[in-house]
Amino acid sequence: MTHPPKSSAAPPPAGSAGAAGVPGIPAQPGPPGFPPAVAPGVPPARRTAFAEGAERLRAAATTEPGRLRIIGAVLALLVVAFGAVTAWQTSTRSAAADDVLHRSQPLSYGAAGIYRSLADANTAASSGFLAGGQENAQSRDRYEKDIRSAAAGLVTAAANAEPGSASEETIAGLNRLLPEYKGLIERARTYNRQGYPVGGAYLRYANEKMQKEMLPAAEDLYTTENRRLDADYADATPYPWVAIGLGLLALAVLGWAQHRTYRRTHRVLNHGLVAASAATAVALLWLVVGHMVARSGLDGSYEHGIRSLNVLHDARIASLKARGNENLSLVARGAETVTVDGTTYDAYYRGFDRDIAVLGKGLTEAARLADDQGGTAPVEAAEDDMAVWKQRHATARAEDENGNYQQALDKVIGAKGATAECFDGVDRSLARAIAHERAEFQRAAGDGRDAMTGLPEGAAVLAVLGAAGAVAGIGRRLSEYR
Amino acid sequence: MDVSRARSALRGWGGVVAMAVLCALAPAFVLLLPCTPQAPDDARQAGQKAVTGAQARADGCVDAEAHERTPAPSGADGPTIDAIKARTGAKRKLIVGVDQNSYRWGYRNPNTEGARLEGFDIDLVHRIAEDILGDPDAVQFKAIPTNQRIPAIEDGRVDMVVRTMTITCGRLEHVAFSAPYFKTGQQVLAPKSSPITGYDASLAHKKVCTAAGSTALAKLEADKKGGRLPATTDLSTTVPNQLDCLVRLQLGEVDAVVTDGALAASQAAQDPTVELKGAPFTTEYYGVAMKKDAGDLVRRVNRVLVDYRAHGWQTSYDDWLSATLGRDSAASKPPAPQYRRSS
Repeated sequence: MTHPPKSSAAPPPAGSAGAAGVPGIPAQPGPPGFPPAVAPGVPPARRTAFAEGAERLRAAATTEPGRLRIIGAVLALLVVAFGAVTAWQTSTRSAAADDVLHRSQPLSYGAAGIYRSLADANTAASSGFLAGGQENAQSRDRYEKDIRSAAAGLVTAAANAEPGSASEETIAGLNRLLPEYKGLIERARTYNRQGYPVGGAYLRYANEKMQKEMLPAAEDLYTTENRRLDADYADATPYPWVAIGLGLLALAVLGWAQHRTYRRTHRVLNHGLVAASAATAVALLWLVVGHMVARSGLDGSYEHGIRSLNVLHDARIASLKARGNENLSLVARGAETVTVDGTTYDAYYRGFDRDIAVLGKGLTEAARLADDQGGTAPVEAAEDDMAVWKQRHATARAEDENGNYQQALDKVIGAKGATAECFDGVDRSLARAIAHERAEFQRAAGDGRDAMTGLPEGAAVLAVLGAAGAVAGIGRRLSEYR
Repeated sequence: MDVSRARSALRGWGGVVAMAVLCALAPAFVLLLPCTPQAPDDARQAGQKAVTGAQARADGCVDAEAHERTPAPSGADGPTIDAIKARTGAKRKLIVGVDQNSYRWGYRNPNTEGARLEGFDIDLVHRIAEDILGDPDAVQFKAIPTNQRIPAIEDGRVDMVVRTMTITCGRLEHVAFSAPYFKTGQQVLAPKSSPITGYDASLAHKKVCTAAGSTALAKLEADKKGGRLPATTDLSTTVPNQLDCLVRLQLGEVDAVVTDGALAASQAAQDPTVELKGAPFTTEYYGVAMKKDAGDLVRRVNRVLVDYRAHGWQTSYDDWLSATLGRDSAASKPPAPQYRRSS
């Protein structure tokens, strides 16, 4: 591109119009580069194509038509280059925006879903265990549904994982662990029904597998997918400076060419050049405005969608962990303790306190990020449920610490007035908030991506038109020399 | 005669030489005993009780007699019992560390309302609570993993631990035990189809599961070092609770389980495809563990046990253990209690 004479500028001088007379202008010494064309039989000392081209160019530049040809060629080239770079840069951005909308965000959402399903299945299994042999249909259904959605989520994730990537390995691992886990739970269930405590041992083993292997893997997957989402955002939003620069340069050169024409001919307008300028200006404007709209849409989708979604997902996971710890404290009955600063705590109760604090912080943050009624309402509902949950949990824990195990159990997994209601409430509200924020994200990101619709093609067409205009305009001037 | 002179000279030196030989042998015995389990009993009798290898303690405690170091029974209240009785309202309960995974000893029966804790140990707990607080249900049960039994007592998280806990000298350094309430011994549990025949060379190249902090693990490690157990036996699988071993066994992650015969029988009762292999290879006594300085509580529990052995023990055995350990309870009956004379 930086050597126009070499490629596209070369043909015109070689063409018929070449030095073909230009009768009106005498006294031009015969261009030294031409003799070989006149007497092809006598090849002079060989020179490189570049040297030859440069020679011709220098020769052409000495005549006005030659100069005009060079100018025309440069103009056409600049405009076409501008169009090409615009098409290239906007299509990569548009593709990245499309990936954000249709690939990386759904995958990150899917990974969060896998984590949630697994954690929820584990919680449901421990609730079922606490309920004893008469496990109710509700907790069983919940468990089965969780396992199904985790399996479905893994299939989607697997279909989108790049072969040989770390994600693929993680997914393969999870795919292997899921049936293992399910097998352990089924054994636990069977033994539990027969009244054998080895059922509880299987549940603990399954829980260990979940906590130590599966959930960390699911978290890895979520982190990886989120990184991919961030990378897609990073590809979609930067300004296409090269295209913009080339557009400005093309406009400047077009302006200069018109000014030059005006100086030489005192004609104000050269239709071709004006058309070329207009096409370039339109393309440049489209590029800048389109990109700005797209960028603001995408940034908005990140600010209002993704950030809220991340916070909400984390909050939901915290509520699941809190619920799991609440259940396990009753399953373990004080068997697990941790010692902090010389004081011994029940490991699961301590975990609950930590998780519920994370949930509280997450909900506050989510409320701050929520920017409309649809987003605020469910978060507020979740906050209310969490407050009740904390109260009820304190009562249940007091019962447990006083040794009233049955009362504590009733207050945790009972039907009415138990913390189970609060947890379900929090979970439902968070699901609603997530659905809302996801719709927000899709709308904003969709708007952003749509702002770039047709931009690559449009820029290409306009550039071709502009180049044609420039060539036509210069040709018009050139024809005056015939 | 030269010969007779030599003989008389020898006679003169004989006593000295014999003494020297004995002196050399005494430390040799000390070194050899842990490696030679079949060491002749008379060697142990010969005033060497204090140096019988790993089980020996500076205070002359021997594991086989560790259960005889408990104070005599008494119904008198003391500071510990007063503190328990001073608890008011919902907290007026005896806090007891139990197991919830030992079938028929202390376990959550999922098919009772509220999945109650039941079993032989639990019966005893109710009996002690009734004696101290006047209400058999005034108990707060805390489930304690095997390796947390001693820390739970030392930290005061529980008043006592009634959890198939063997009385050993090592544990006596940290906690006080009641008189024994059950007799058992370590046994090997393996699938019926397994070539393992018992606690012997058939354990070579096998993976054996034990509970962390159990007497079984301590014994196996000592025997492996001492050569009584094949060096190729893999003891690396330890779990928080002996029942977790059954899970590992069923999943094929280990080849055998070593635990108290009483608990091994509980495991076998939950899975008809496994069985006890060989005879018990140790003798152990279960006791109620309490804080070391809770002398009044220990004496009180001992008094409860005197009564319990006479009335209640057999009923409880019939209820919970006859199905797994056999109708005849003779092998499980604790010996007549021997109390420490002083203090």
